[in-house]
Amino acid sequence: MKTKMKMPALLSGKYRGRTVSYSIVLVSWLILEVMMHTGNLSSLFTSLLVPVCCYVVAAIGLNLNVGISGELNLGQACFMSVGAFTAVCLSGSLGPAVPSLARLILSIVAGALVATVFGILIGIPVLKLEGDYLAIVTLAFGQIVKSLITNMYFGIDSNGFHFSFVDNNVSLAAGGKMLLNGPMGATGTDRISTFTAGIILIILSLIVVYHLIYSRSGRAIMAARDNRIAAESVGIAIFKTKMLAFGVSSCLAGAAGALYGLNYSTLVPAKFDFNTSILLLVYVVLGGLGNMTGTIIATIVLVLLPELLRSMQDYRMLIYAIVLILIMLLTNNETIRVWGQKLKNRFMTKGGAAHGRES
Amino acid sequence: MDFLSYLINGLGLGSVYAIIALGYTMVYGIAKMLNFAHGDVIMVGAYVAFFSISNLGLPLIPAVLLSIVVCTVLGVVIERLAYKPLRAASALSVLITAIGVSYFLQNAAQLLWSSSTKVFPSVISNGGISWNGLTVSWLTLITIGVCVLVMICLTLFINHTKTGRAMRACSEDKGASTLMGINVNLMISITFAIGSGLAAIASVLLCAAYPSVFPTLGAMPGIKAFTAAVFGGIGSIPGAFLGGLLLGVIEIFAKAYISTQLSDAIVFAVLILVLLIKPTGLLGKRIREKV
Repeated sequence: MKTKMKMPALLSGKYRGRTVSYSIVLVSWLILEVMMHTGNLSSLFTSLLVPVCCYVVAAIGLNLNVGISGELNLGQACFMSVGAFTAVCLSGSLGPAVPSLARLILSIVAGALVATVFGILIGIPVLKLEGDYLAIVTLAFGQIVKSLITNMYFGIDSNGFHFSFVDNNVSLAAGGKMLLNGPMGATGTDRISTFTAGIILIILSLIVVYHLIYSRSGRAIMAARDNRIAAESVGIAIFKTKMLAFGVSSCLAGAAGALYGLNYSTLVPAKFDFNTSILLLVYVVLGGLGNMTGTIIATIVLVLLPELLRSMQDYRMLIYAIVLILIMLLTNNETIRVWGQKLKNRFMTKGGAAHGRES
Repeated sequence: MDFLSYLINGLGLGSVYAIIALGYTMVYGIAKMLNFAHGDVIMVGAYVAFFSISNLGLPLIPAVLLSIVVCTVLGVVIERLAYKPLRAASALSVLITAIGVSYFLQNAAQLLWSSSTKVFPSVISNGGISWNGLTVSWLTLITIGVCVLVMICLTLFINHTKTGRAMRACSEDKGASTLMGINVNLMISITFAIGSGLAAIASVLLCAAYPSVFPTLGAMPGIKAFTAAVFGGIGSIPGAFLGGLLLGVIEIFAKAYISTQLSDAIVFAVLILVLLIKPTGLLGKRIREKV
C-alpha cells in the first residue's frame, strides 16, 4: 500500500512563500531581541536594526512595483523622503506632550498617507508611459522631489506654523523650533523609532502585499504585466491596476521613510537620492522579482555586508561591487542555472515561487 | 545681450551633455541596455587627463589622446567582462550589473587616487571673442566646435561606412545581421569603444569648465546626459545631439531667470512634460506593439 506524505497546508502550494517570509521575520526578531537583552549584540548592529527594517519595507513595496506590476521604478527613495519629512514635521509639531508611541503611530500613518497621495499624483503621468521611458520619468520625479525638499523651510513657534520656499525667511519667536531647514534637513528630531515597530511594519506590509497579490486585483496586475493587450481584451483596466500597485508601493515606502526619519536626530534630504533608489532596486533584483522572501533576505544580507566587511576597511565597497557583478554573472550563467534547476527539482515540490517572472 | 550670452553658455554646456549622451544612446540603440557605468568612464577619463597634464607634464592634445585610448580600452574591457556574458539575460540583470560596474569604478578610483578633490589645471586660455559687448570664452567656442565636429564625423561614419551600416543593421535585428555575416559581438564592442572615447573627450571639456576631479565626478553629468538622450529619443543619434543642447540651454536659462537652486528640478520637469506630449522623446521612433 502506497501512501503519499502529505505536507501541512501552510507549507505547500501558494502558502509556502508566505509562511517562510513570516517565519524569517518573527524568528529573526526573537533572536535579535534575546541577543539585545543579554547584551550580545554590538552597538553597531543595534544601530542597524531599524534601518534594515525600513529598507525591507521599502524594498517589499518596490518589489510589488517592479516584480509584480513589472514597471521599472528608479525613484522609490523619493517616496521614502516624502514619508520621512512628513513624519519628522508631524512628530516635531506634536511635541513631547503626546506620548511617543502615539506620536510614532500617527507620524507613520501620516507619512504613508502623504506618500500615497504623492504616489498617485506622480503615477498619473508615469503610468501613461512604458518601459525605459517610464523608468526615466520616475528618476526625474525622484530628482524633483529631492530638489523641492532641499529648498523647503518650515518652522513652528507660539504663533503657529511658518513656511518658506527657496529663500529662508522663516523668523521664529523665542522658543520656536525649526523643523525643516533646507539642505540641512531636519535636525533635533526625537528618536522615537523602535525595532519592534519596524518588525510590526514589516509584518503589516507583508500582509498587505500578499493579500493584494493573491486577490483578484493582484491577478489582474500580473496579467497586465505578462500581456498587456490580452489583459486589456478581457476587460482589465490597465491604468487602474497599475495605479493600485504603484500607490501601495509608494505607501509602503512612505511608512518606511517615516520610521527611518524618526530613527535619527538629523536627516538631510540628500540621503534619499538616486543612489538610495538604485540600492533598493538592487535588493529587489537580487532577491528575485516578485519574490518577497527573497527581497527580505537580500535586503538584510546587503545592508549588513558592508558592515561585515568592515575589517577589510577601504576595500569593502570594492568587494561589495565585485560581489554584485559576480552574483549577476553567476545567476545568469546557463550551466549554473541548469544545475540549480536540477537541485531544486530534487528537493522541492511543485508550486511555491510561481510569482516571479518567467525568464 | 544677456539673453544671447546665456544662450551661448547653454549651448556650451549642452555640447558636453550631447557628447556624453551619444555614448548612452549608441549603446542603447545596439545593445538595448542602459549603461549606468558610462558616467564613471567620464570620471576615469578626467583622472587620466589630470595625471597626464599635472604629473607627466604632457601638453593638452596628447593628454586628451591618452585619455581617449585609456577610456576606449576600459569601455571594451567592461563590455567583454561584465556585459557580454549577459546577452541573453533580462534587461534588469544587465542594469544591476552596470550599477555594480559603476560602484566598482567609483570605489577603485577612491582607493587609487583618494577621495580628495583635485584641481584640474587650466588648459584653455581665459580670454575670448568680444563682439558688440557680447563676450564668448574660447572654452565655450571650442566645446561647441568639438561637439559639432564629433556629430559630423559620427553621422558620416554611421551612414556612409561599411562598419556603420553593420552597426545600424545590428540595432535593427541582431539575428538577421548574424545571418548576413555581420560579427554582432564585434559591432557591440566598437559601439562601446566609440561611446567611451567620446566620454573621454567630454571629460576634458567638462573639467576645463568645472575644474575639480573627484571619484563621483561622473554621476551627475551622467544622469543629465542620460536624461538628454531620453529627451531626444533614446537610440537616436541626432536625438542625443538635440536633447543635449536643449538640456544645456534649459539648465542655464533656468539658473539665470528662475532660480539656481531649482534649476535641476526645472530641467527634469521639462523632460517629464516633453515625454507626456511625445512619449518616445523628440526624435524617437514610435513602435506600435502588435498582437
